Amino acid sequence: MAKSWEEINARIASGDAVVLTAEEFAQVAAEDGVKAAARKVDVVTTGTFGPMCSSGAFLNFGHADPPIKMGEIELNDVPASGGLAAVDTYLGVTEPSRTRGIEYGGAHVIEDLLRGRAVRLRARGPGTDCYPRTEIDTWVTLDDLNQAYLFNPRNAYQNYAVAVNSTDRTLRTYLGTLLPKYGNATYCSSGSLSPLLNDPTYRAIGVGTRCFVAGAPGFVAWEGTQHNPNQARDDNGVPVAPSGTLAVIADLKAADAGFFSAATMSGYGVSAFVGVGVPIPVLDEDLAATLALTDAQLSATVFDYGVARRSRPNLGTVTYEELRGGAIEVEGRKVPCGPISSLAVARRIAEDLKRWVAEERFTLSAPLRPLPGPGAPPFKPLEERGEPEPVLGAEEASGDA
Amino acid sequence: MRRRLDLTFPPRQAKKPITWHLVRDFDLVPNILRAQIQPGQYGRMVVEVSGKREDIEAAMAFLAHEGLEVRPAASDIALDEERCVVCGLCTAVCKPGAMVLGERAELVFDKDKCVYCEACVSACPRRAVTLSF
Repeated sequence: MAKSWEEINARIASGDAVVLTAEEFAQVAAEDGVKAAARKVDVVTTGTFGPMCSSGAFLNFGHADPPIKMGEIELNDVPASGGLAAVDTYLGVTEPSRTRGIEYGGAHVIEDLLRGRAVRLRARGPGTDCYPRTEIDTWVTLDDLNQAYLFNPRNAYQNYAVAVNSTDRTLRTYLGTLLPKYGNATYCSSGSLSPLLNDPTYRAIGVGTRCFVAGAPGFVAWEGTQHNPNQARDDNGVPVAPSGTLAVIADLKAADAGFFSAATMSGYGVSAFVGVGVPIPVLDEDLAATLALTDAQLSATVFDYGVARRSRPNLGTVTYEELRGGAIEVEGRKVPCGPISSLAVARRIAEDLKRWVAEERFTLSAPLRPLPGPGAPPFKPLEERGEPEPVLGAEEASGDA
Repeated sequence: MRRRLDLTFPPRQAKKPITWHLVRDFDLVPNILRAQIQPGQYGRMVVEVSGKREDIEAAMAFLAHEGLEVRPAASDIALDEERCVVCGLCTAVCKPGAMVLGERAELVFDKDKCVYCEACVSACPRRAVTLSF
């Protein structure tokens, strides 16, 4: 039994679609079997809400009079990118404030804008014939901006590491505080609710997929940075370590501060919790089988963050059911663990998205282009080397042109 | 009365039986909430003392005279539920188990188990946990 995108969208449009969250779908599949669940259900919704450093917003301020070509730009003392056109900028969430350091950064500016607060814009420019002004100091709100959209280069990581610390000192990491001598473990995934764990080989999620981004309807824009589909996979084809990622885009003006929350990881830096959810059509039984996977069937790999190298020691895998239980076994020890990704908010996202699809007729879009899948060119590390030799013949070629 | 003290030990004091003096010389009942003391290094101890007001004040003067830095320790810890996104990171550093995730992934804060170690305060990425003195 297979359903087409068109059939599913027609059922959504007529209000007849059966939509369940991934957790609810797993329950139906456990009771009725995957085959019956695939027949009964049209769309499964997912959600995740964890710190996602690779996020930020493009903003357009409009022109002042006289106009300025903004070079050095600061929003509430947080530097934003000046390398765009005169009054455009990109503000990355991890950028720390010049005056408050990591206690206030790009993520906090975006959260302040979302909460309707005015933000101080200061910029300097070179002063040119078309943009004579050299300085501006003013205040802006989200309503004042022409365009303001989130463009997050890497969100919704398909699985992540479980972090422990073998050293005898406390480590402050992007996965939170790691206590010495395997004193604790942290992890960051919504497990069975996570978008890419439900569609592990990217059959339904690709470029152009309509999704939930920080409370706004958005799109998957591209594969995310560091997308690595060649990571180790289990018998169900699901990666057991960090692998695929999504670049997502959405209107900041339609976003909700309840699904975009600034964060400071002490001793590490600024980040932002971003809510991402993707509705997945139940196209056939194969897809239904991965949608039905539970936390007991999904695993993550434990890495020793005490070794600050590119390849950290792999200490084996644990299931999300064990992680949710609050303690895992690592190297023969019982290690207490806690998440850094909110399951409570991930559930709200999956529920909201379910309402969007079922009640607000949020139809689905088939990928315009698939994401690179298993077997794609390998993910490359950065190797340090000297200046490469000039390519032979390059000068002659340009001389001919 | 009862008072919670946050004591910093200079390296040369780390070997001295300070708690014993509190009991014997000042008739106080100390309850050590946490302590990290190593020979030759700065140490820190958070202790709750019970006794008469004048004895506690005399003990504090004695501690200061001995070269310890004496500050009042946190008397309360609060969770700002508006700021909290229930990520659970506090539960990963809360050794006494005062902060745990419940059945529905909600944050459960049991103040009776809290020893005011402040680990959750710096761990919370939303700065939703605050101390008052």
